[in-house]
Amino acid sequence: MTPTTSSTPTASTEAAAGLPAGAGPAHTGSRASRVLGILALGSLALLALYGLVWSPADAEMADSVRLMYIHVPAASFLYTGCFITTVASAMWLRRRTPGWDALAGTSAEISLVFAAITLGTGSLWGRPTWGTYWTWDARLTATALLTALLIGYLALRRLDVDPSARSTRAAVLGLLLVPNVIIVNRSVEWWRSLHQESTLVKLDPTIEGDMLVALMVGFLAVGLVFTWLLVHRFRVAWLEYQSERLDLDAALAERRAEAARGGLGRSPDRRHDGAAGGGRAGGAPA
Amino acid sequence: MAMTHAFYVAAGWGGAAALVSAYAVWVLRRGRALSRQVPPEERRWS
Repeated sequence: MTPTTSSTPTASTEAAAGLPAGAGPAHTGSRASRVLGILALGSLALLALYGLVWSPADAEMADSVRLMYIHVPAASFLYTGCFITTVASAMWLRRRTPGWDALAGTSAEISLVFAAITLGTGSLWGRPTWGTYWTWDARLTATALLTALLIGYLALRRLDVDPSARSTRAAVLGLLLVPNVIIVNRSVEWWRSLHQESTLVKLDPTIEGDMLVALMVGFLAVGLVFTWLLVHRFRVAWLEYQSERLDLDAALAERRAEAARGGLGRSPDRRHDGAAGGGRAGGAPA
Repeated sequence: MAMTHAFYVAAGWGGAAALVSAYAVWVLRRGRALSRQVPPEERRWS
């Protein structure tokens, strides 16, 4: 991920900081993201047909198996999101470019959405299958801890401190996500677990026919949704970064202008304004 | 034939759809709001 802007503001950027609405398309969409969005919606419709209508009920779990077509892909893309965050965090620590930092935060936020879906659908699937919404099983507990780690990571990114230090601290925490994902994924083998083992990651998958097709369509649909969200949220994160930078540039320019005016000679009125609290906080020295 | 466990299936699918939709709408709205504050040359995708 390479930054697409220099850290030094240009004259045109400063001049354009106060652009009126409507100067260029005011959204995060592009032709590619629109195509991606249409494909995602189409695959979601196909998933609904396969998952709710065309695929058969399971012999043991009956219709509750239909939750699998969301639960398993959501969990897989939760892992993918954590992997992206860890890689982007490592790249931020190495390169210090804002694009990597934005990607790490973006991916973690989307991962949290998928973690909520994984835990929610898992709970709803557990009630008819295991007789309970929640149990302190190894897989469930590890997933809850991963979710807590994601919440902590995002909370750290919102601390009101120096942006670079904040990103570095968050990146260090971001490095822990992939090890946690490995623990979540392997938990059903390392400890005795109520949760079933992997359905697909073996040469002889335990499902077949329309159920397997429905699950594959689930992976496709959830994957497209994940990618669409990642593209748009990354652009929002990039806009947040640019907006913060432009605000800082504008504040610095204002302070410099104020200092220059002060250098030419203070008027009694200006001193009065400052004393009355009407000037800028921490006014520039003369 | 009626679906068994219909409540759980509907809650799972409906909840997931609602959560993703709400998040997508929030992302799009925030993107629109921020795009108005940033000059076009910084919006490389447009």
